Order: sequence, then structure tokens, then C-alpha cells
Amino acid sequence: MNTEKKLISQDFSEEVPTVTKHSRVQELWQLLKKNRLAFTGLLIFFLFFCTASLGLLLTTGTKPIFDPAVVRLQEKLQSPLSKPNFEALPPEESPRLGIYLFGTDDLGRDVFARMLQGAWVSLTVGFVAVGISVIVGIFMGGIAGYFGQNHVRIDHILTTTIILLGGGLLAVGVISLGIVLLAIGSTYIVFSYWSKRAGRKRPPPKWKNVFYTDTISIDTLIMRFVDIMLCFPSFFLILTVVALLPASMYNIMIVIGLTSWMGTTRFVRAEFLSLREQEFVIAARALGLSNWRIIFRHIIPNAMAPVLVSATIGIATAILTEAGLSFLGFGVPPPHATWGNILADGKRFIFDAPWLTFIPGFAILIVVLSFNLFGEGLRDILNPKLRERY
Amino acid sequence: MLSFIGRSIIQKVITLFFVSVISFLIIHLAPGEPSQVDPLNPKFTPEMVERFRKEFHLDQPLHIQYIYFYRDLLTGKTVSWKDNQSVLQKIWERFLNSLPLFIVGTLITWTLSFPIGIRSAIFRGGLYDRSTTFFSYLLISIPGFFFAYILIIFVVTRFHIPVIGMETFGLGDASWSHLIMDRVWHLLLPSVLGATGGIAILSRYVRSQMLEVEGQDYIRTARAKGLPSEQVYYKHALRNALLPFVTMFGLILPGLIGGSVIIESIFSWPGMGRMAYEAILARDYPIILTVNFISAVLVLIGTFISDLLYMLVDPRIRL
Repeated sequence: MNTEKKLISQDFSEEVPTVTKHSRVQELWQLLKKNRLAFTGLLIFFLFFCTASLGLLLTTGTKPIFDPAVVRLQEKLQSPLSKPNFEALPPEESPRLGIYLFGTDDLGRDVFARMLQGAWVSLTVGFVAVGISVIVGIFMGGIAGYFGQNHVRIDHILTTTIILLGGGLLAVGVISLGIVLLAIGSTYIVFSYWSKRAGRKRPPPKWKNVFYTDTISIDTLIMRFVDIMLCFPSFFLILTVVALLPASMYNIMIVIGLTSWMGTTRFVRAEFLSLREQEFVIAARALGLSNWRIIFRHIIPNAMAPVLVSATIGIATAILTEAGLSFLGFGVPPPHATWGNILADGKRFIFDAPWLTFIPGFAILIVVLSFNLFGEGLRDILNPKLRERY
Repeated sequence: MLSFIGRSIIQKVITLFFVSVISFLIIHLAPGEPSQVDPLNPKFTPEMVERFRKEFHLDQPLHIQYIYFYRDLLTGKTVSWKDNQSVLQKIWERFLNSLPLFIVGTLITWTLSFPIGIRSAIFRGGLYDRSTTFFSYLLISIPGFFFAYILIIFVVTRFHIPVIGMETFGLGDASWSHLIMDRVWHLLLPSVLGATGGIAILSRYVRSQMLEVEGQDYIRTARAKGLPSEQVYYKHALRNALLPFVTMFGLILPGLIGGSVIIESIFSWPGMGRMAYEAILARDYPIILTVNFISAVLVLIGTFISDLLYMLVDPRIRL
């Protein structure tokens, strides 16, 4: 048996000895290097990532190396690269680099340290918000695309209503009724799951058929929900929710994430709809693989390309949105610096201290530009129509 | 056709209902109270707060409040909590202020992006194409507020022209030409800013549509029979590339009410976006909900119009 296998593999290796084998990743890397704009984008993104992580390390802790919060009122609005007045400053307050690399703001805080601190905010807001929207998008789109033909039955709706009602009552404070409703709902779920596993022996009685009537398909349900979400003016909705909730960085990420998953859902649904009819999926199903294995091992890896592209561009949009929110005063709360609120604070001194506007402005511009360029490049690279063969 | 119209109207009414429910829940379940009924507000005694709560129906359960609110909205009787003015009246006044921004911005977007897109599709891969590509990415990526400040610094230091607000204050007896130029200058900057993103996206889209059409067989045929390239581009390619843009006429409708919050607040432009921003700050629920409702209606009408237009211009589509 073993020798037989060896022989076969030897045969194959003799048949195709001259073709240099590129893995998919290597191939993509080659294509990326040819696309100059996208490559620059990736490079800048990498630099930004390092700066942000370094900034997190250098500006946090009890005695940070660059302290963004030191107020030096005698040194306010110093222009970039200016030397501090060492005689007027206590030694622990003088800037670590010996000069104010990016100048100081109206409270004499070192803009360089504040920019370092803000980089991490932009990075995490971008990634976490897009992470949330991609996860929600893949989940909703995957269900709509793969299980979309199934119908929602009346008993499903009833159970969901009972459970939601129970949860709501619990939250309001009617403990006993809430627990009873929750218990009824979950018993029904467990019971129906168990009876499905056990296999139904005899047909259900007539009167129960009312509960098994199909209403709308899951696909319709999810896509109508997407339509509903698309009706909201997005920046206005984000602004409203962020303004009403208590100010914090995490709220902003969650809100941006939860208001931007609709595009991903549509992509993923379309990909799932076309992929589930392909031969390899039919083959996998014929082999008796479970639905989850088919979804995660076979469909999702093939559906990732458009998601990746839209996620990269989504990061750019999320960074811009966060900067806009900070600019309007709804961003990360004040002692923490972000690029948006450095710019918002600096706008009052726009003619006296233009660096307070230009430095964070250009920083946002460059980072967002790099994500956009990389995303567009990725779209070209992953598009098999545009790819040349080696 | 008729059945499509009927079906989509029913569908859109249902969507609108859910939008109204969701926005109502978001606003009312968020922590905190409107400033008029905030027990911590030192301006009001507890009795007054109680009176306000009764006045605003805030003492009723949520579903009753919902019915009250949308009954008032649909009969046009909603009043702002902040100043007791009619909400529709306020929105209409602000809408008239935002309208010139919207019109000029849309005109700039549509007149600039087509020539740019077509030209870069014709000379694809050339210097012009690559530089417009880069510039459109630049315009997409630049934060609007930063770009606004660059333009303000430029115009103010270079031409010494005031640009903040809708008009310069105290020009009472200046000549009419002066007044008009003043208005134009004040209008130009915010509308250009509103148009930048649009120009960048739309010109890229025009380019990709043109490129797609140029790969078609009938273009090759047109070339093969020796037509001049002008005719191929502008008669055969452009006409077919224009199809998707017809539908976009419907999709610019929601922009009517959006107004840009950031740009209007930088330029102190008393438009829709700024009103919405002030309403959010004051937690003026009726205004927030009404703006949301109207913009949802506009989105739905816009998609409806674009579906209809698509059916009209493209005979292959039968819904």
C-alpha cells in the first residue's frame, strides 16, 4: 500500500517537474508588488501600525516617556521644531526629545505626544468598528444566502416574541412573569430540537398545523431588515446615538460597527447564493458534510475576497467618521487625545498656530489614503478577470 | 408594471413603519432625558418638570407616546420641545437655506465628473488617468473639515473675502452687484466642499462604466467598420455607459435633507444639518425624529424612482 502510494506520487512528480509552484499567497504578493499605489498604501499602513503600537507603549502608564497630558502654560503655542525655554521649565516637564517636534497647543501640551496617543485611537476605532461590521455582515449575509430558502414558521415567531417579552419584563423588573415566559420559550426550543433529532414518528395533530404554517422566508426577512437600516441617514444616525449615549471610545466603535454592516451583508449573501450552487459545494454535501463545515471550510474562504476589500475601505471610512465625531465634540472624551479633537481644539488658532490644524489633518489624510489605495489595489488583485497568469 | 408599483409601495410603507419604530425606540431608550424635563436642570422646579412631562406625553408608556407622536407628525401639529415652534415650519425654513448648497453642489458634481471620467477612460493608463485616479483617492480620503479649513485659509488670506455664514453682516446699502458677489462667494466654498466626495466617486464610476462598455463586441464592430473614434466614444460607448447613471437621479434625492452637519457647522450655515446638530445637542426629540422620518421617506421615494427609471430606459429589465 505504502509503496504503491509512493509510486503514484513519484509518477506525478515526474510528470510536472518543471513548473515552478507558486502558492496563492506568493502569487498575490507578486501582484501587489507590481501595483505601486497599493504597495505604497500597504507600506504606509504598516508604518502607521508600528507608530500606533509604539505610541500606546510610550504614552500610557504612570510615568510615560512622552506624556501627552503635561500642561506648560508658559510654553503655549510654540511652533514646530522650536526649542523649549529650559530655565522656565521644571526638568520633568521638558519634552523628551529636547525640542517640540510638532509644536505645542494652547495649553502648552506637546503635540507630538498627543499625536502618538491619538494614533492608537484611530487604529482601534477603525479595526474594531470594521471587525464588528464584518462579523455581523458575514453572519447575516451567510444565513440569508445559505439558509435563505427556509421559511419562518408561526411557532418560531411566537417563541421569539415570548422570549423577547420575557427578557423585556425581566429588564423592566417584573421578575416572576419574565422568568416564566423565558422558561416557556426555552423549553419549547429544547423540545422542538429534541423531537427533530429523534425523528417524528407520527404526523402532528391537525390543530398544530396552524403553528407550522410558513410565513416569509429568512432571506426576505434579513434583506428587508437591511433595507430598513439603509433608510437611516448614516452619519446623522451615528451622531444621534453617540450623542445620546455616555461618551466613550467603545460606544463609538460599536455604533459605527453596527451601522455599517449592510454592504457586507449584501456582498456575502450574493457570494453565498452563487457558491452554494457550485459543484464543489454539492460534492461536499454529497459526502455528507455538515452544514457548518461546508459553510466555514468551503464557502467562507471563497467568499472572502469582496469582504476583505470592503473591510479595508471600511476602515478608512470608520477613521474618517471617528475624526468627524471628535471634531464635532462627540468623540473620545477630552483628556484623551485623538487626531480629530486635536484638530477641533486647534481650529480656534487657525491663523496663529496653523500646525495644530495641518499636522493632524495631514496625518488623517495620509492614513485614510493608504487604506483606500490598498483596498482598491486589493480589489484589482483579487479580481480574477484582471489578473494575468504567470 | 402596475403590479410592481403596487407591490413596491406596500413594501415601502411597511419598511417606513419599521424605520419609524426603530428610530423612536433608539431615541427614547437611550439614557438621559431631554433638557426640558431633566430633573438636574436648575432652571426648572419639579412642578414645572412634571408639567412638561405631561405636556410632552412623557408620562405615558412608550407605545402610547409613539401613537401620539406620529399622529401629530402626520397631521402636521408636531412642535419642537425647545421653542414650541412647529417642527415642519422650522424644517421648511432650514430646508430653503440648504437648498442652494445642494443645487450648486449637485451641479458641480455632475458637470465635472462626467468629462473627467470619460477622458480618463479614453486615455486609460496614461498620465491623465493615473493622476485623476490619485486625485480622486485623495479627495475621498481627505477629512471634510480639514479640507474646509485649508480652503478657508486660502480664500481668506489670498482674496481677503469673508466666507463664513450665508452673507456678510452689515452690507445694508452696498450695490446689488456687490451683494450678489458676496452671496456667491459665501455659497461657493461650502458647495464645492459638499461636491468633492461626489466628484471623486462619480468620476471613478463613470470611468469604470466606460471601460466596461468599451470591452463589448458592438464597440469592436463600430471600430472595425472604420468609424472615427469620436463617434465610437461619444455615440456608441457613452450612451450605453450612461444607463446606470439615469438611476442615480433617484438616489440623489435623499441628499436634499441630509445636509452636511460638519460643513454647515464650520461655515455657520443655517441649514438642515446644523439644525439637526442643534436638535441633537438639545435632545429635541420631535425634530430629530421628524428629520429621520423625512429622510427615510426620501430614501424610499428615491429608490422607487430609480427602479422606475431603470425600467423605462432599459427595456431588458422587467420587474
